[in-house]
Amino acid sequence: MHDTPDIADRRDAVCVIGAGASGLATIKNLREHGFAVDCYERETSVGGAWNWRHDRSPVYANTHLISSRPLTEFPDFPMPDSWPDYPHHSQVLSYLERYAKHFGLGEHIWFGTEVVSAVPVGDGRWDVTTRSTGGGSSRVQRYAAVIAANGHNWSPAKPDIPGANSQEAWKGQIIHSAQFKDPAQLRNRKVLVIGGGNTGCDIAVEAAQQATTVWHSTRRGYWYAPKYVLGRPADQVNDRLLKWRLPLKLRQWLYRRTLALTTGDLTRYGLPAPDHRPYESHPIVNSQLPYYLGHGRIKAVPDVLRFAEGRAELADGRRIDPDLVITATGYAPRFEFLAPELIGTEESGRPDLHLHAFARKHPTLAVVGLLQPDAGLLPLAHWQSVAVARWLQLRREDPVRAAAVQQKESARPVSSWSRRQVVATRRHWFEVDHIAYLKSVGELLREMEPAT
Amino acid sequence: MSDLLRFEDWTSPVPPVEREVLSRLVEGEDEQPPLLFVPGPSMGAWAFAEHWLTHAAGRGFPAHALTPRADGDLRAHVHDVVQTAASLPRQTVLIGHGAGALVVSHALARYPARAAVLVAPAVDRWATLGAGLKTNPFGTLRGRPRLNRKQLFSAGVDAEAYLSRLVFPRRLTASKEAPRPVGSPPVLVVGSPDDRVVPRKSLDRVATRYGGAPLLFPGMAHALMLDTGWQEPIDAILDWLTKELHAGS
Repeated sequence: MHDTPDIADRRDAVCVIGAGASGLATIKNLREHGFAVDCYERETSVGGAWNWRHDRSPVYANTHLISSRPLTEFPDFPMPDSWPDYPHHSQVLSYLERYAKHFGLGEHIWFGTEVVSAVPVGDGRWDVTTRSTGGGSSRVQRYAAVIAANGHNWSPAKPDIPGANSQEAWKGQIIHSAQFKDPAQLRNRKVLVIGGGNTGCDIAVEAAQQATTVWHSTRRGYWYAPKYVLGRPADQVNDRLLKWRLPLKLRQWLYRRTLALTTGDLTRYGLPAPDHRPYESHPIVNSQLPYYLGHGRIKAVPDVLRFAEGRAELADGRRIDPDLVITATGYAPRFEFLAPELIGTEESGRPDLHLHAFARKHPTLAVVGLLQPDAGLLPLAHWQSVAVARWLQLRREDPVRAAAVQQKESARPVSSWSRRQVVATRRHWFEVDHIAYLKSVGELLREMEPAT
Repeated sequence: MSDLLRFEDWTSPVPPVEREVLSRLVEGEDEQPPLLFVPGPSMGAWAFAEHWLTHAAGRGFPAHALTPRADGDLRAHVHDVVQTAASLPRQTVLIGHGAGALVVSHALARYPARAAVLVAPAVDRWATLGAGLKTNPFGTLRGRPRLNRKQLFSAGVDAEAYLSRLVFPRRLTASKEAPRPVGSPPVLVVGSPDDRVVPRKSLDRVATRYGGAPLLFPGMAHALMLDTGWQEPIDAILDWLTKELHAGS
């Protein structure tokens, strides 16, 4: 292809943005439903967040899955059953590379190409402007639909701690967890890890094995679940409770009992008690954190208020002197190529999408993979992209029925698929219960069943 | 929607085993998709290694055959087929024979195969039971049914060596009909009107389910791939496949 001044009409083709796990599943499922696909990926290879070679990849040397293999693999392309319960990130990347090769997805991907903007032109069609990542001239093509699968774990959300970046207040180094790659960065240093999420806990555990001193600062108490319960991966045991359809109250009670018997009470190490019930926040899965707390290798501390006089000042008045601070404070979703109103972005920056996927006012715009499930993301992204493909197919082949489905879906209560009862923070914007969510997607798929 | 909620796989995954896969690869560029042959649990990969694997590879298709695990249920066999297919470099064509066709028909709901062929499919439980009772009542009524020479082979086959390699596991049963295949692959049903395990009517019924008519090879017995006329059906399968692959792209 070469630059042309006029708009190239790609007719029924669909534009997919991003070739990470969600983008790959989207390409495959759109192809399976008979669509031509152009996927744009700004990096030069597939894998998105899971490709450690990519600048924006959040993975570090020792990243392992926190959901077990059966709950993490694509439902129609399993990971090898000889792999461990919790594979290493490099295995996940090789899995995604094999998926792309197996289904011949590479020929539909334009690598090193960035989407600058996607603009609706009426009739449901889109003008998509792309440009090579290194710069250079741009090009506009017209598509029948745009599916954003650009991920939400690449743009670091950095806390604003007074004095953190002032050499006078404090001489140490502060980095976001995205910049943490190698345990050697921690060796022989006094490390303060900020953030009680899975990444923060993982890095604190890593630091406990490398650094001279480790402080772990958390604002809120969480429920720290072990990776194994009764000799099985904890998520597999948890799903058994869901299979038996135990009521939430009973599951919450069981959860507390299980944690009391396994992890035990962590407040005696200085961690705050959870301020919410189990299942009301994203699950923290870490068996080693309590171990290192118990061995004194990790010291639990409260919120950091400011850096001053060469030290970090904590909420309880204590002052500590780390020389490396790692902020594991998560990531913010970013859709720079879309005008905010297209995806119903609220003032806080949170997009408002049906099933966290379908744009409410633009039937040919969808987002795949914008979820924070209590299980692996890949199965959910797969079914999301199947629903998107089937929706576009129905819209093309039977507009009357498509309108009826849209009518019915708009009446679906948000509480049926979204976890409303969660801690109100950005971290939990896209929190879903994988069972409730898959049920809703399943119902949508059934409404769109091809007539036989 | 049990299709999306897979509690069984999430809470008690099928235990992994070492799988025997015999392969005949193709030199150079592999333009054709790989084929995966799946025998019923009485036979092993050897049944395809005899003639069909080499012949398919000779026509440019990388060919593989899987030996079913000992004492597996339908779910375990489906798991093994999907695992093996996903381990191959490209989207795979699944070819099941006998009870292996039953396994393939269920695997199609778990893996978007490039295409599928059901050879003498022992899919209809009652039809297969009826045919078995007619030819081999005592073998059929056992808890671990034993197929005999007359059911499997036509007169011209030197069957002694083959018979000695058969194993007799429990009968494979499906609690429900196979769900619709994912990715809508083309499906071909192949069989013989003189098969004493799978009656003609059953072939028709299975083919209708996949929207076609069976491709028939009169005079052949159930074990088409070991019959004296083994070349005719495999050539017909590969011809059909070549046509479908070009039609699709």
